[in-house]
Amino acid sequence: MTLSGKAAIAGIGATEFSKESGRSELQLSVEAVQHALADCGLTAADVDGLTTFTMDTSSEIAVARELGIPELRFFSRINYGGGAACATVQQAAMAVATGVADVVVCYRGFNERSESRFGQFSVAAATQVNTNGLDNAWTYPMGLGTPAATVAMQARRYMHEYGATSEDFGRVAVADRRHAATNPAAFFHGRPITLEEHQASRMIVDPLHLLDCCQESDGAVALVVTSAERARDLAQRPAYISAAAQGSGADQFVMTSYYRADIGIPEMGVVGRELWRQSGLGPDDMRMGILYDHFTPYVLMQLEELGFCGRGEAPGFIADGAIEVDGRFPLNTHGGQLGEAYIHGMNGIAEAVRQVRGTSVNPVEGVEHLVVTAGTGVPTSGLILSA
Amino acid sequence: MVEVRAEPASGPSTVRPMIGRDSRFFWEGTALGELRIQRCNACGDLRFPPGPACPSCGALDRGHVVAAGTGTVFSYVVHRHPPVPGKELPIVIALVDLDEGVRMVGEVADVAPEEIRIGMRLRADFNRVDEDLTLPIWRRA
Repeated sequence: MTLSGKAAIAGIGATEFSKESGRSELQLSVEAVQHALADCGLTAADVDGLTTFTMDTSSEIAVARELGIPELRFFSRINYGGGAACATVQQAAMAVATGVADVVVCYRGFNERSESRFGQFSVAAATQVNTNGLDNAWTYPMGLGTPAATVAMQARRYMHEYGATSEDFGRVAVADRRHAATNPAAFFHGRPITLEEHQASRMIVDPLHLLDCCQESDGAVALVVTSAERARDLAQRPAYISAAAQGSGADQFVMTSYYRADIGIPEMGVVGRELWRQSGLGPDDMRMGILYDHFTPYVLMQLEELGFCGRGEAPGFIADGAIEVDGRFPLNTHGGQLGEAYIHGMNGIAEAVRQVRGTSVNPVEGVEHLVVTAGTGVPTSGLILSA
Repeated sequence: MVEVRAEPASGPSTVRPMIGRDSRFFWEGTALGELRIQRCNACGDLRFPPGPACPSCGALDRGHVVAAGTGTVFSYVVHRHPPVPGKELPIVIALVDLDEGVRMVGEVADVAPEEIRIGMRLRADFNRVDEDLTLPIWRRA
């Protein structure tokens, strides 16, 4: 029994991506779901399932009320920040594949720049009354409490072990910003950067420069998932879900898995092995990737964990423009979260669908299969989407 | 030996650790100038961060040892932006491999951003924030 090929992403929708949306987080999510339904020719009356992140402030019932969805037969939330992104689609795919629901919409919406900024030191994260709060007792009081700082600790060790440099990280930012420059929906539309500008940007947490860090954004994205069969009858070319996986590694923490011998991101290795197992495909079958890029170093580490290159070889793998739209293995053709917007990975899934449809503003030729990942440094998830 | 020394309080806004039944012994230790590591009473395994069970043998019977307070930098960051409650930036924060074989995160108090290195030897000290909270910190060995 396999999930592979049973479900598809039939519709995608989003709000504009900004620094100040001027409306509620609930409204953003509702608008994105409306756009996604219109995209594939369905209505709220067709929807019987909703999934989102535990971090989302808009509950499934609130979204259902605003949309006029009469009844929900399936609703589910995934934990661990951006690690939830592809898992919201996995939940939806499992629900439609088993007949638990017919049409499930995955959504994520927030005012992550104008209201609750994730880039700040989060006292709330340190004081949550659960085991995550207890885990954070070993880092936050010591002064380690921003996403950039927790990633910088991993990045410094990666540089030490494999000889990677800040310029290697910067090449990811340059590729993302090149792609965003030609994407009218991107916040950084028309504003590419050079490696020199990356190097000259101010240090946030050594070894991370400002331009290694993604944006803080306001906006929402929604994805409509239904059975492969039903998707074929809808308005858009389906993006078939060839695999959908979650992963958590040994001695796993949220952003601070520092106590295992090899710190890194082995949880993404768990995701990768499951993606290849479900789909029967391998790294060589992937034409391109959408790899979660809240911080540049993790893009290199993901390429290694997913098997696109050997341990410590990512700096060579991404050199010479290989990950740019006309390169050997293009990444993040929407501009990524550094260039387009940070919508907790959901905007990357939408771009993967556009690449399968052939409607990306930076189209890659011959995309039969591509890999998409969710947040790194946390228990995470991934997808393989196919034409 | 671990030396107890009063540091200037880092202010009322210092982020306080969530303390539960499984971690209270650690914070009671720092108040006494002890850096405590959980030890399984059944198999002897040392563990940090602590928890109610032993992941090696499954025993729920646990005690602790007092660390020598010496270790080696495994990784580090220099935090410059954005502000951190109770801290004057920049601060150096290290991931320290203790000689006993466990690893923990701590602020490094007296090593400049340009001097910190992986492999540097450090020793534990204690920052008494107020009568309810003493944080372990690290200094050049």
